[in-house]
Amino acid sequence: MEDYLKVVHKISREEEVASTTKISKALRVAPASVTEMLKKLAEKDYVKYSPYHGTTLTKKGLKIAEKTARKHRLLERFLHDVLKIDNIKVHEQACEMEHTLSDDAEESLCRFLKHPDSCPDDGKIIPPCDLKISSCAECVQLHKRGLEEVGKHKQNLISINKLKDGQFGKISFIRGGHKVLQRLLDMGLTPGTRISVLRVAPLGGPVVLAVRSSKLAIGNGIAKKVFVEIEE
Amino acid sequence: MSCHSESTEKPNNRKNGKKLTIALAGNANVGKSVIFNQLTGSNQIIGNWPGKTVDRAEGSLCFENHEISVIDLPGIYSFSTFSLEEVVSREYIAKEKPDIVINVLDASVLERNLFFTLQLIEMNAPLVLCLNQIDIAKKKGMIIDKQKLEKALGVPVVLTIATRGEGLYELIESAVKVATKDTKRKKINYHKDLETRIEKLTQLIETEKIDLEYPSRWIAIKLLEGDTEIIKLVKSKSAKIVDISYILSQELSTIHDEPCFSIIASERYAYASMITSSAIKQNEVKNTFSEKLDWVTTHKVFGYFIAIGVITGLLLWTFIVGDFLSGLISEGLSFIEPLDPQISGPIVSIIWNGIFNGFVAGVTLVIPFVIPFYFLLAMIEDSGILTRVAFMMDSIMHKIGLHGKALIPLILGYGCSVPAIHACKIMESRRERLLAAFAITFAPCAARTLVILGLVGVFLGPIWALTLYAVDLILIFLLGKIAMKVVPGKSTGLIMEMHSFKVPSLSVVSKQTWTRTKSIIFMVFPIYIIGSAIVQALYALDLLTPISNVMSPLTVTWLGLPAITGILLILGVVRKEFILLGAVAIFGTTNLLGPFNPVQLITLALVAMLYIPCLSTIIILIKEFGWKAATTISIANIISAIIIGGLAYRLLEIIL
Repeated sequence: MEDYLKVVHKISREEEVASTTKISKALRVAPASVTEMLKKLAEKDYVKYSPYHGTTLTKKGLKIAEKTARKHRLLERFLHDVLKIDNIKVHEQACEMEHTLSDDAEESLCRFLKHPDSCPDDGKIIPPCDLKISSCAECVQLHKRGLEEVGKHKQNLISINKLKDGQFGKISFIRGGHKVLQRLLDMGLTPGTRISVLRVAPLGGPVVLAVRSSKLAIGNGIAKKVFVEIEE
Repeated sequence: MSCHSESTEKPNNRKNGKKLTIALAGNANVGKSVIFNQLTGSNQIIGNWPGKTVDRAEGSLCFENHEISVIDLPGIYSFSTFSLEEVVSREYIAKEKPDIVINVLDASVLERNLFFTLQLIEMNAPLVLCLNQIDIAKKKGMIIDKQKLEKALGVPVVLTIATRGEGLYELIESAVKVATKDTKRKKINYHKDLETRIEKLTQLIETEKIDLEYPSRWIAIKLLEGDTEIIKLVKSKSAKIVDISYILSQELSTIHDEPCFSIIASERYAYASMITSSAIKQNEVKNTFSEKLDWVTTHKVFGYFIAIGVITGLLLWTFIVGDFLSGLISEGLSFIEPLDPQISGPIVSIIWNGIFNGFVAGVTLVIPFVIPFYFLLAMIEDSGILTRVAFMMDSIMHKIGLHGKALIPLILGYGCSVPAIHACKIMESRRERLLAAFAITFAPCAARTLVILGLVGVFLGPIWALTLYAVDLILIFLLGKIAMKVVPGKSTGLIMEMHSFKVPSLSVVSKQTWTRTKSIIFMVFPIYIIGSAIVQALYALDLLTPISNVMSPLTVTWLGLPAITGILLILGVVRKEFILLGAVAIFGTTNLLGPFNPVQLITLALVAMLYIPCLSTIIILIKEFGWKAATTISIANIISAIIIGGLAYRLLEIIL
């Protein structure tokens, strides 16, 4: 099931909706069984499926897809950084492991790897965790007291370098160490602050944000650590 | 308003006057330095670069009966200890206790600026708020209620437009009033959960009676924030306080589900936001010209055009104006004394010729290249265009481990490496400054261009000269990439405020140009003059030949050049043009195709371009980065020149 959501996620990001043929190709499964599975997933409200239009993820489905991607990329980091496994080999291995990794193990892995922000093979951003926290410093602090009391995010978060010109968002999570966080807080990017993206420079350049009636240019390296809830 | 100027101030009477100290504090680029200049009449660098004024600038003025010294603190956003500027500022305010702190704020970005004001209030500093650039705020449709702001913060507020000098008299007047009368200061009460814990800790600090120089309330807040320096400081006096502060901050983070430092930052911003919304009425405004300009300059197509336009404009300006003026000056001065290095005749005359040549080198650097470039740079900086160019170029510069801001010194490097390395100050971290400086030592400066043109362009045609230029650019890129890997540390990301566009003020721009030029003059002239005299004397006394003989395995065997080039290369350390001029003098002919063959000319030009930074560049490297870095960079230059020169020689032998 997770594999299905992953594939739909990947395809629909590139071309709005995922067609059954594409899904069946990507998964190497017969189109008939794909259709059947998609119907099941639609029943459980993971995808929106219409026979002729194609498939898109629901919020619920997206959440699972992101979570799987997160586990996958964290595992890749672990395999690469700690076990020193070659870049080319980590992907397949992580594909196997991602389904069995528990949420607790995922959180511990993230802390152990010191909150990495992208995966080793193609540099994709690791989605943030779904804990209701606003920074990694908080996660470390909470961990000392036991994480049970922490709620979970319902919203899907997106990093600000992925936003488009003119989009609005509310800052909900900042990844990384104390230093980055303090710098961003000092500049007014406190959790809960509304921001809007004025400009995204091409070629992975910086982002200009409107925040607290000022304009701030933030380099890509930092922008990908700041996650927001999108407001339309 | 300085003591010596004929301003509107009453005649000063120092005898009855009291000495006062004013510190100017505030965010970067809010006009602090402009106010400083206006008040003291002294010179100071200002510009549109966040975090610029690192050095402490001091000046003085007389006002009524008071002799006031003014200190311009670096522009900072907070009092955490992440940068040296922040530490310097907070230590100054806490320990030196200025009579008054003028907090300069950008009126159009009040909320962000108040975040810092609140921290000054926490420090219990005697404050006057200076809301600067109210003209820009007005243009953005903001109406500021001064009284409300004064009431909310409990400090006097003065509205100013510093570039025009508006409101400055009033500013000093109210500063003096605050300093001389003991006014009661208002305490800012934060949210209850936080406030009770601050209070508790403050009382504890006071009952423990530890002497910390900082105000107790501020210490309490910093302890809760987990400020490592303050924790260390307090721990040395009383471990108990630190323990309790830890418990309190844990309580807070449990209540709010957030780390304590983040709670406090959020709380300050919430407070600032509350004050701002009550004191500012925002009217709807039509898209201002500044907004439109912003749209165009950061546009993904037009933005690049403009960025490239600015860069080429700066380059052309430097070259066209520079070349023209430098030609004019050299011609004028050559009537007094021949400008080719003199290598025979009486020793006194040779040394004199060296001194004179050194002087000319200085003049032909400063007047044609440095001043026009600095002037234009200051204009671009002050107007705010530079920030946009840096924004557009950021991703490209990242490829060599630098961010957008580094582009400016690099462009400057096409004129002259010395001011270019000087301009590296606009970057925050030492690592970035070092990487940029390293790249600059390879940039084809005016002198190198002359050598390339004189050795290759004249005799082998412009294609070869351009090829060398292109090779140099590729080398900068490659070596920059290597340096990025070698120099430890990670590049810090870009966080910079994009200030509103403004029309640059001529007085601000000229002052800035002069301040920068002055520091170059003091450094460059003595070195040029002494260095060039010494080298020529050495040559005349025939002390260079042994050296060139020692170098011959390198020059002759590896690089395939005539033995005499050893001497040329030594002459060139002082000033790279001497490689060309020296060759002409030694061979006594202007046609260098005789003594050198084409391959040798190209190799020599290539080596000359790379082999070592010139003497004044080395000196500024030492000054900015220390001996070790300067030596490493020079050695890296020499090694790459040897390797690339040797390879080029062998390659060219095959081609030509």
